[in-house]
Amino acid sequence: MLDVDLSLVNWSRAQFALTAMYHWIFVPLTLGLSFLCAMFESIFVRTGNEKWKAITRFWMTLFGINFAIGVATGIILEFQFGTNWSNYSWMVGDIFGAPLAVEGIFAFFLEATFFAVMFFGWNRVSKSFHLFSTWMVAIGSNLSALWILVANAWMQNPVGMAFNPETARFEMENFWAVLFSPVAMSKFTHTTSSGFLLGSLFVLTISCWYLLKGRHVEMAKKSIVVASVFGLLSSIFVAFTGDEAAFEVAQKQPMKLAAFEGLYKGETNAGLVAMGMINGDKKPGDSQQPFLFELKAPGLLSLLANRKTGSFVPGIDDLVYGNKEHNVMGVTEKMSKGKLAVADLTAFKQARKAKDVVAAQAALTRFNTNKEYLGYGYLNSPEEAVPPVSTAFYSFHIMVILGSIFPVLFLAFLFLTIKGKITEQRWLLPLGVPAFFLGLIAQQMGWVVAEVGRQPWAIQGLMPVKVATTNIAVGHVQATFFMFLAVFTLLLIAEIKIMLKQISIGPEGM
Amino acid sequence: MIANLEYGTLQQIWWILCSVVGSLFLFLTFVQGGNTLLWQVAKNDVENALVINSLGRKWELTFTTLVLFGGALFAAFPKFYATSFGGAYWVWMLILFTFIIQAVSYEYRTKPNNFLGARTYELFLLINGTVGVLLIGAAVGTFFTGSNFTLDMYNKVVWTNPLRGLEAAFSLFNLSLGLFLVFNARVLGGMYLLNNINFSALDDFQTRLRKAVWTNFLCALPFLLFVLVSLLLMKGFSVDASGTVSMVAGKYLQNLLAMPLVLGLLLVGLVLVIVAVLTTAFKGSNSGIWLAGLGTVLVGLAVFFLAGFNNTPFYPSKADLQSSLTIMNASSSKYTLTAMTYVALGIPLVLAYVAFVWRQMDSQKLAAHEVVDDESY
Ligand code: HDD
Ligand code: HEM
Ligand code: HEM
Repeated sequence: MLDVDLSLVNWSRAQFALTAMYHWIFVPLTLGLSFLCAMFESIFVRTGNEKWKAITRFWMTLFGINFAIGVATGIILEFQFGTNWSNYSWMVGDIFGAPLAVEGIFAFFLEATFFAVMFFGWNRVSKSFHLFSTWMVAIGSNLSALWILVANAWMQNPVGMAFNPETARFEMENFWAVLFSPVAMSKFTHTTSSGFLLGSLFVLTISCWYLLKGRHVEMAKKSIVVASVFGLLSSIFVAFTGDEAAFEVAQKQPMKLAAFEGLYKGETNAGLVAMGMINGDKKPGDSQQPFLFELKAPGLLSLLANRKTGSFVPGIDDLVYGNKEHNVMGVTEKMSKGKLAVADLTAFKQARKAKDVVAAQAALTRFNTNKEYLGYGYLNSPEEAVPPVSTAFYSFHIMVILGSIFPVLFLAFLFLTIKGKITEQRWLLPLGVPAFFLGLIAQQMGWVVAEVGRQPWAIQGLMPVKVATTNIAVGHVQATFFMFLAVFTLLLIAEIKIMLKQISIGPEGM
Repeated sequence: MIANLEYGTLQQIWWILCSVVGSLFLFLTFVQGGNTLLWQVAKNDVENALVINSLGRKWELTFTTLVLFGGALFAAFPKFYATSFGGAYWVWMLILFTFIIQAVSYEYRTKPNNFLGARTYELFLLINGTVGVLLIGAAVGTFFTGSNFTLDMYNKVVWTNPLRGLEAAFSLFNLSLGLFLVFNARVLGGMYLLNNINFSALDDFQTRLRKAVWTNFLCALPFLLFVLVSLLLMKGFSVDASGTVSMVAGKYLQNLLAMPLVLGLLLVGLVLVIVAVLTTAFKGSNSGIWLAGLGTVLVGLAVFFLAGFNNTPFYPSKADLQSSLTIMNASSSKYTLTAMTYVALGIPLVLAYVAFVWRQMDSQKLAAHEVVDDESY
């Protein structure tokens, strides 16, 4: 099982990353803009003011353009687990398939059904049923986020299951443990709120552009008020839930934390890097400095990771080679236990095949003592357990730096709009225009941290990516990679052109 | 009650549920069929717009049902999901591809500055309705004709044909099933449009649709007959109590005789479709879609039941009979199936609100004046 074609693994990864990252251009905007549309429409229904209806319809048009391509990019992800990660799908489908099916039943149908009312029901259903439908689309979108994030969180922190040596797969033992795992909850809250934030940034960006051009001024001002309130609240929530996400990472995936902080030697009272430049030559275990330069906030990392000042945060070296003093078992030791587990599993299977009950029982007993290290048995060297440090480090820090700018930005806009001075602030409006693009960058960076940071694991500690792939010649995967690259890029260009045109047309009659 | 169900019962329930979703999908391919009728029945911009807008309000349902079909198979029969999607790589990839390009086409087709031009988006719809449906038919056909794979000790799939699944489309049986589905989708598409559109001052258009229903039915017929006759005559895959798979002459005929209910579903389904076609084509009926839709669902159920029940492996392997998948050896654990059965209690609720919204939205027929404003596709 160890002689895997690494180029196949990497092309499969590349294909998954490509399709997921395209999907993630559109999805977070759906998550936020759907709620904003529902809010605009609620104001319209309450006030009966036709201007709010025009505002609602304008943002809804943009929402629809984005939604279509979000759906188009989603379907491939659903099936890609089977097409490209079939060994993974077999080994964990018993657990992982469930949230995907639930998502289909409970989330996608809400979206699909009420989407038609939202767009074509203005003259066909009552005002209140229309409003209800808009809310249902927003709720449906965010429910789909819930279920897929439960699935993803399970890969980061596999709970509620056990390995069944008879079938040689992982099987579910507790649905609630999978659903309510703290990692799932922190992922859900952080991701949806970051989507709300992005939706608000989108409204802000376009409104600022209108104000700078002096067009659709009233609509832009009204939109900014709603977006700033929603954006301010969400951005604060994003920071809190982000802190919670980091805490969960520290507890469940210490290697990921060490990687995105560039921490090689574990420390008590560890400092949080505010900014820095990674030394690209640094390897685990050597004596080079990890940073070319760095700016640290003393003690904060210990607080973030363990909620306790002065606590010990293990670094990459501790996690790879072990640290007796702080009771950290290294990858080296886990690998030797893992290799035993792999061998005993094979022995068990062979004994079963030969119908040798005694030998099978003995192999099983040996297997059980080491089974939690099974995944480590597939690694070839302890250093393989270290994810790409600089990618993780930079993406994490870009996300966090951007995350601390957004609340300030929204506060400024909210304050000045309430004071009625927003159109006079020629210095502030240009700052609003790029905001959406910064939000998009933060979104993508967030996923890069989460996914690159968990390498080499498809399922943390249990299954390395290299044993998860489909048994297929790499040429097929390359061909589909370029197929998706071409079609998604084409569709993206179409989407951007249509979007820009609709923005330049603007809302009707305002 | 669900907590006490036996493993075997749960596996059967989930095969039934997957069959229901799959059969509903076949009914909802009226969207795909409608896509391909565009060239044949719509002679001007208004008629074009009516077809696209009418279908454009339903395409998401079809799409989502396909997604749910995948999700349900993943959760309930993960070994099938892994083997088929990973093994028959190219069939599935091409099917998905045709659905990707379809998904944006309604929304983008008439939007100003849409980069590819309305014709390209219409071509996307055509590809989805033909290639997409044809390949789905071919993939379903392999439930009876078998595929080329073996499974190793750890259930890793080895596909033994270099075409990675595309070879399915080169079997006469699979191809006929695919073509039947394409024409059936067109029949359904025509009936749906007849039901959904307000034809005042558009009599020609209506006549063309009726004609399309009839001609497409005639085209579907030979493929249907070929599939049915082959099914009755062909050798089939059979699994015995010890789990050993062998080839048995007339297996699917035996299945029909052993399961009269399935035979009934098949016959009633076919009759419903035929009645719907005749009343639509010659009696001026506009509600054929409901009869034919129900008929399609019943036929779909019969097909899936024929493939999976009565000791039949539903995903048989030609390359290594003993690697064939049955609803017993391909399913999730008892725990997961139980949990998912609780989840499935929500399905009637979903069906209920889908039906409610459909009625609310379609109580007035879609009229020409509605498809010229800028909210329309
Ligand atoms: C607008 C987008 C955005 C912004 C401003 C932030 N995040 Fe974030 N972050 C995400 C968007 C995001 C995300 C795309 O939603 C991720 C990817 C995976 C996930 O669960 O959420 C994510 C992941 C993610 C992770 C990794 C979780 C994991 O690997 O499981 C951590 C530790 C943080 N975030 C922490 C923060 C902190 C401390 C922020 C400071 C304010 C912050 N994020 C701002
Ligand atoms: C890799 C895992 C993912 C899979 C398999 C997947 C699957 C899908 C599918 C099949 C669709 C189309 C649904 C339809 O028929 O309407 C879709 C759309 C959607 N997905 Fe994903 N998705 C993934 C990642 C995510 C993530 C991480 C989120 C949110 C946190 C998300 C949220 C959504 C939303 C809101 C939609 C609605 C349409 C839109 O994007 O605009 N998805 N996804
Ligand atoms: C939509 C947001 C997401 C983005 C932008 C994203 C991004 C990425 C990236 C960049 C990689 C490549 C990592 C590498 O190989 O170094 C990756 C891999 C992967 N991700 Fe995600 N991801 C997303 C959501 C998800 C979700 C929700 C799941 C599961 C439910 C998931 C499952 C996977 C899998 C199976 C791989 C391939 C195996 C691996 O390399 O670990 N991803 N993703």
